[in-house]
Amino acid sequence: MSLYVPILALAILAGAFAVFSLVAGSISGPKRWNRAKLEAYECGIEPTKQTVGIRFPVKYYLTAMLFIVFDIEIIFLYPWAVYFDKLGVFGLVEMVTFIATVLVAYAYVWRRGGLEWD
Amino acid sequence: MSVTVAATASTIAAPHFEWSLLSPMLLVFGAALAGVLIEAFAPRDLRRPMHVALTLGSLAGAFVLTVVLAAKSSIFAAGKPGVVAAIGTVGVDRPTLFIQATILILAFVSVLLIAESSHEVSSFTPQAAAVPGSAEEREGLLAGLSHTEVYPLTLFAVGGMLLFPAANDLLTMFIALEVLSLPLYLLCGLARRRRLLSQEAAMKYFLLGAFSSAIFLFGIAMLYGYAGSVRLSAIATAAQSGLASSTLLYAGIALLGVGLLFKVGAVPFQAWKPDVYQGSPTPITALMASCTLVSAFGALLRVFYVAFGQLTWDWRPAMWAVAIVTMMVGSIIAITQTDVKRLLAYSSIAQAGYILTGVIAANAAGLSGSLFYLAAYGFATIGAFAIVTLVRDRAGEAAHMSGWAGLGKRSPLVAGVFALFLIAFAGIPLTSGFNGKFAVFRAAIQGGALPLVIIGVISSAILAFPYVRVIVLMFFSEPAAEGPVVVRPSAYTGLAVAIGAAATVVLGIIPEPLLSLASHAASQLFVR
Repeated sequence: MSLYVPILALAILAGAFAVFSLVAGSISGPKRWNRAKLEAYECGIEPTKQTVGIRFPVKYYLTAMLFIVFDIEIIFLYPWAVYFDKLGVFGLVEMVTFIATVLVAYAYVWRRGGLEWD
Repeated sequence: MSVTVAATASTIAAPHFEWSLLSPMLLVFGAALAGVLIEAFAPRDLRRPMHVALTLGSLAGAFVLTVVLAAKSSIFAAGKPGVVAAIGTVGVDRPTLFIQATILILAFVSVLLIAESSHEVSSFTPQAAAVPGSAEEREGLLAGLSHTEVYPLTLFAVGGMLLFPAANDLLTMFIALEVLSLPLYLLCGLARRRRLLSQEAAMKYFLLGAFSSAIFLFGIAMLYGYAGSVRLSAIATAAQSGLASSTLLYAGIALLGVGLLFKVGAVPFQAWKPDVYQGSPTPITALMASCTLVSAFGALLRVFYVAFGQLTWDWRPAMWAVAIVTMMVGSIIAITQTDVKRLLAYSSIAQAGYILTGVIAANAAGLSGSLFYLAAYGFATIGAFAIVTLVRDRAGEAAHMSGWAGLGKRSPLVAGVFALFLIAFAGIPLTSGFNGKFAVFRAAIQGGALPLVIIGVISSAILAFPYVRVIVLMFFSEPAAEGPVVVRPSAYTGLAVAIGAAATVVLGIIPEPLLSLASHAASQLFVR
């Protein structure tokens, strides 16, 4: 049980710090409201009004999806490459099967124009 | 530790895969990949015929392979219930092969509905990416486009459904759950008519399905914490020894049960079912109502019979409550429905309750009753949804019940076959539904669940009311002047209806062959 005491202490400390900061800030800080402060925070850019029914391009999302697919592929390729000689023929066949499967999805995206930007 | 061991060894021993035991699933997944390649490289007008041939051919081939496996004596040598394949992750035993064969036949019939293409009846949107009601959508309609991706997606889903009840450890089961669910979320949103409703259905199904998957995964984590393994048999062994904290075990059972009961559509996890069944393209609804239900019950049966088989007394009370609420809520709310697809959805919820009484029996009779019920209900429900695709007005399918008034006078054959399916759902003798109910209720009585059976019979009586009302509406009321008409189906839908009706009648009059097959399949329960 004593193993968890430091974690508990740290959690209490963290919570107390958060509460203290907020309370201290709200008591001691000056309050000068203006229009910009009341708006939603969007990385410092003026927030754009969202109009219902307008479509905006999401081209980048296709690229992002493809990136995830190849990212996952790399995760499996690295350990295989490190132990390539020890995994032998079985590992090679499995990896070729895996890459071929991913390639099928890639061929679909390519043929359907998923890689064309315009 | 294991890493250093592997590094010092000169070679790592390759695991042994029994490819022939996995062949039905491999064939379906391979065909799905080939379908994606067709989608990528075949010219547009050749795609549909190629897909239809490939999809139907692979499902039929996988069925043959399953039958060959079931006939193979080496799997069941020395009185074993089956074998464990693929480094212990897949169980190949009689109940699983029965479930997989059922799924493959039902998927074949569903694909017949999906393949219906005559311009009047096709159920899928020409361009899923176009905003409903926009110029792009109209353009796609006029160009006669269609989404042939439907076929590979269906094959991926069916592949997942085959693996789901066969999975012998919880991680494989989770992957199978995702493989079967993700294509279905997409397929739900592809309806040709009333597209906003369809997209809403897909969204709801996706969000609720994601929640249930997360709960399922949480349950896996609990059980892994309890047993130190995700293997079903290891969990059973750990539960038997009872050394670890049982809190983890009970939490795991509850969470895993919620995930599985969601897929089955049992109350209180049924909220998605009416909306999704109503909004989805009707062939996809037929696929979900038959194959997904069979697959989910297969997984539920395996988990509760193998992993929690020693704990029957612990999970039974909760399952009793779920079964009672499911049967009553499903049948009572069905009375108020005015939409045919929603009526069939609530009926499906009530039927899930009846099958749960077979699960609760927790013996070989319960398993065989459930297997028979699933097969019988699957055929009838596909047939019923196939009829729904045929009754159309200018806006598409005439789902509202008022349009069905007097249908029996204009198209006596179609109305008669629909009445047959409704009678089967109600469990009237000489239909497959009666024999299914009889099988599960008898097993439940043997298992000591007489009150449950009494509630089941009351629920069936309540559920008969909305069915009889539809039959009266079809045959004894005057047709509306501008009412919907029954379109002439192509051979695909006609065949699907014929198979559904034939199975309902044959399993009603001579159920003995399938009943004995089911009880043979269930005689030794699942492999551990």
